[in-house]
Parts: sequence; C-alpha cells; structure tokens
Amino acid sequence: MKRRNLILNIVLILLVAVFTIYAQKNMDAYKLRILNLCAIYTILGLSMNLINGFTGQFSLGHAGFMAIGAYTTALLTMKIEFKEQIFYMKPLIYPLNSISMPFLPSLLIAGFLSALVGYMIGAPALRLKGDYLAIATLGFAEIIRVIITNAQSVTNGALGIKMIPTYTNLYWSFGFAVLTVVFMFLLINSSYGRAFKAIREDEIAAENMGINLYKHKMMSFVIGAFLAGLGGGLLGNLLGTIDPSMFKFVLTFNILLIIVLGGMGSISGTVISAFIITILGEVLRFLDKPMNLGFIKTPGIPGLRMVVFSLLLMIVVLFFRDGLMGTRELSWDSIQNVFVKFRKLVGKGGVKNESFEG
Amino acid sequence: MGLATFFQHLTNGVSLGSLYALIAIGYTMVYGILRLINFAHGDIFMMATYFAFFAIFIFHMHWFIAFIVAILLTVLLGMGIEKAAYKPLRDAPKISVLISAIGASFLLENLATVVFGGIPKPFPTPSVFNDMVILGGVRVQKLTFYIPAVTIILLIGLAYLINKTKSGMAMRAVSKDVETASLMGIDVNRTISITFGIGSALAAVGGIMWALKFPQIQPLMGVMPGLKCFIAAVIGGIGSITGAVIGGFFLGIMEIMLVAFFPTLAGYRDALAFILLIVILLFKPTGFMGEKMSEKV
Repeated sequence: MKRRNLILNIVLILLVAVFTIYAQKNMDAYKLRILNLCAIYTILGLSMNLINGFTGQFSLGHAGFMAIGAYTTALLTMKIEFKEQIFYMKPLIYPLNSISMPFLPSLLIAGFLSALVGYMIGAPALRLKGDYLAIATLGFAEIIRVIITNAQSVTNGALGIKMIPTYTNLYWSFGFAVLTVVFMFLLINSSYGRAFKAIREDEIAAENMGINLYKHKMMSFVIGAFLAGLGGGLLGNLLGTIDPSMFKFVLTFNILLIIVLGGMGSISGTVISAFIITILGEVLRFLDKPMNLGFIKTPGIPGLRMVVFSLLLMIVVLFFRDGLMGTRELSWDSIQNVFVKFRKLVGKGGVKNESFEG
Repeated sequence: MGLATFFQHLTNGVSLGSLYALIAIGYTMVYGILRLINFAHGDIFMMATYFAFFAIFIFHMHWFIAFIVAILLTVLLGMGIEKAAYKPLRDAPKISVLISAIGASFLLENLATVVFGGIPKPFPTPSVFNDMVILGGVRVQKLTFYIPAVTIILLIGLAYLINKTKSGMAMRAVSKDVETASLMGIDVNRTISITFGIGSALAAVGGIMWALKFPQIQPLMGVMPGLKCFIAAVIGGIGSITGAVIGGFFLGIMEIMLVAFFPTLAGYRDALAFILLIVILLFKPTGFMGEKMSEKV
C-alpha cells in the first residue's frame, strides 16, 4: 500500500510538472497570470493554515509578512538603473542601490527576513491567546505597513515600486507550491505536526504531555512567516509593481477565506480552495464591470465582488463550519474507498439483474 | 510650546478621546458578555454617519431629528448583525465567531461601497457646532466642547442603566456567568440584544460626532477608529466600562500629543495605538481596570 501511494504521488507530481511545462508554453498571458496566482495563493493559504488551522493560533498578520517578502525580493532583483529612476523622491540607501541579484537567492532572503520578523513578532505576541493574538498580529501587520509607507529611502514610500522584473512564471510558482505541499505533508505527519495539532485541540493537555507550547507555537509561526514571505516575493515579481496599499487587511481576508472554505487544518482542502477562490475572483470580475444584459445595461459596481466574497465567508462559517474538507485529507486511500463503494453499488445492481434473469 | 497652544492640543485630545471612549464602550460591553471582538463595530459606526447623511440630504430632515433617526436605525442594524452573524454560533468554537465577525465587517464595508459609492461625501455640519469661540486667545470650535459634554451625559446615563435598572443587572449577571444567569430566569438572548443595541447607539452618537468633527464620510472610515477603539478598550481593561472610557481618553490624548510634540513622527500616528496595545498586553494584559481572569481547566 505504502509503495503504491508513493508511486501514485510521484506520478501526480510528474503530471503537474508536465501540465506546468505545457501551460507555460501554450497558454496566453491572462490564463498564465491566473494559474500563477492560484499557485501563489496555495502557498499563502498553506502558510496561514499551518498557524491558524493546524496549530490553532489565530493570526491575522499575513499581509505584513507578504509585504516584507514582496519588498525584499523586489529590491534585490531590480536592475540598478531602474532603481535610480524610481527612487526620485529620495535615493535608495546603500547597499541596496548597488545590488541586483538572481531570483532564487532573493526569494530565499525574503523568506528568511520574513521569518526573522515573524520571530520578533511571535516572541511577544504568541504569549497571547485567541482574539488577543488576532488583534496583536493584525496590529503588527499594520505597523509593518505604516513603516513601509514612511521609510521612503528604502521602500519609496506611498509611491510604491515599479518596474520589478517579472521573473515569476509557472515553473517558479508551481515549483514552490508543490514543494510547499510536500513539505507541509511531511511536517504535519512528523512529531512536530502532531504537537501542533495537540496544541490546537487543548493547550493545557498538550503541555501536560510534555509539549513545549512556546517552542512549537513559535516554530509554526516562523515557518508560516517564511512561506508568507516567499509567497509575497513571488506575488511582487508576478505583478511587477507593489505599493503599501496592496498589503492592507483585505489581503489577509482573502487568505482567511481560502483556509475557511478549504477547511482549517486540511492541506488538500487548502489547495483546492486556493484554486477555487482565485479562479472565482477572476470569474466574478464581471460583477465590478458595466454589464450589458441585452435589454438592460447596468453600470459597473466596484465592490460587488467583495460583497460576494464576504457573503461566501459568512455562509461557510454559519452553515458549513468545516468547509470543504474539515480536518480531513484527500488521500489515495480515501479515493480508493470511494471507488470500492462505487463498485459495490454497481455490483449490487448486477446481482439483482442476475436473480431476475434466473 | 506656549500654554495656549498646549491648551488647544489638550482640548483636541480630549474631544478625540471622548469619541474613542464612546466607541470603545461598545467593544467592551460586547466582549464582557460574549468574549468576542465585534469586528463589525467600526462599520456600524460608519453606517450611522451614512444614515444621518441620507436623512439630512435625501429626506431633508432637521439635523436633530435626522440624528435621532440615524441612531435608531443603527441600533436596529447592530441588533440585526448580532442575530444574523453571532447568534447561530453561540456554541461554536471561538475562532468561528471571530471569522463570522470579520465577514460581517467586510460585508458592511463592501455593501456600503456598492450602495453608497466609494467616493467620500461631505457631511453637513450645522452652524450650531461650527461656530468658533475665543478662549484665552485660542479660537476653538464649539463642537470641541460639545463632544466631551455629550459623552459625559451619555456615560452618566449608561452608568445609571447598568447599575440601577433590571436590564443592567441582567447584563452584569450574564457577563459574569451565562449559564447561571439563564438558570436564574434571565433571558440571555434578549440581554445580549440589548447590549448590542446600547453599544450600537453609543457608536452611532460617536459616529455622528466624528462626522461633524471630520466632515467627510466614506465606506472605510470605520476601520481605523474601530481598531483603535478596540485597543482603547484593551488598554483600559476589556470588559470594564470605566476602563474603556479611560482607555479612550488616554489613546486620544496620546495621539494628539504625539503629533503635537514630534511632528516628524506624524506618519506613525496610526501605528501608535498598536504599539501601545502590544506594550500593554505584554506588561499588564488585563489593562488599567481589568479584573484578573483565571483560566478554567
């Protein structure tokens, strides 16, 4: 069984790889952009689910970590002559103004920087619980945004950064998404993962079992921050322009919607719902634009899309609290079970027919 | 800095602080009873200003009647949100209720954007509030005095309501222990509704006075004051009404003084509240007035 699952997993990853190569070569820019966003939101959703869903620490600071990741990658990868052009209000400080690095090291630096900030935020914030933690992390994200808006000689302030090299393509985004999914499965099924879940279920009981609460919460938080920084970096180099207003609470809200819909504490659920929400976000874009329904023309109503999204979040929380997957996972065994059940159903029908003929 | 200028900053701080205090009470009352951050509270505050705006501009009401209508509508809205978004989740995990609250907040913001439009609208300030008085050589808007005065009157009313009336007693009982309170024959749902109603009414008064002071309203105007007032409630000690008032005044005065004394840090004004929050949570998590809560195992 184990061997079969391993082979199937490898086949699945190969299929994703083939699809990625095919899509990158044949699809138009619009579709590529959506697919890239899907993969990036998968990474972001998983990173938030690690903290909120698996460890049960309600953190709302993702926009801040993403901002750190996006700005770091953007500043490291940009061409030096563009930097001079863009930072015309206040010149960029040394050494940032004289370096231009390849994508991969920049992304990793972005991730580590974000993880470091995560550590510094987590040290005080993780002593708090529940809604206090939520508001404190939200506050930290807001502080990060305010600092970015004001530190003009590093971030160009409210003007934002333009002409970021658009390195992100499907190879990068799907590559990192697959790596993240594999990493998450390994992490969650390790002893650390079990400790995370124990903390989620009951902190006091977990502590009594000898789990170091602070260490494990911090670990989950720092890994989550790393992945969020990575996702932010990929996003910045996909869009090509970033500014502080991008990293408002709305961004965190979108990721929250993904993990709530997918199921708090389910990796496969997060992946599915990241694709659903991202594609839905594009499909519903028509709501914000003027519509021509043949006999009647409605003017564009900006914001209607977000109304749908907030309603969706509330409906899921109020009526389908587990989301798509709850804490369950889609595994080869569960798929096989569905097949077996299906065959049994068909089989029963067959038996009836035989008796009828007899 | 001359004494006159300092006095001017102080009055500004006090009037901003009173607004924070009014909104913070709504947070603290709801938290006291449901142990829930009512994320939608800031947006209820925003809706109140739109109600008042439309009552004056579309229905041409006298400003006084318009404000009363706006407050009543806001109370209904607050109670409605509680019924729709929080009541079905009474027995659900805390995180679900929090997510529902975030959803309700976003829904209000975006509905307001869709229905009212995202462009800021000018709020009419009746001249009663706009006139200037000269006090010790400083020109001060009359509103600056009305705001703390109204706040104090409302606070006295609230203190009476909570300490002397039956509903107030029910509220205090429910916030101590929901189950025991319901065994004693208190209608918990009704009490919670009343709490939301009172909180929303205070937010509406705060919102209208906010709009008179900063006469421009837009759908996202409630987000920052909402977060800051929650922080004010935490600073004062969440669950305690006196605490919320102290926290509100403290935060308001600190904010104005930060900008007055360190103009270069003006850009960080919005971060101040969060920094204060983190400092308070680290060193005195129960706030100035909070009771120590022990955890039940």
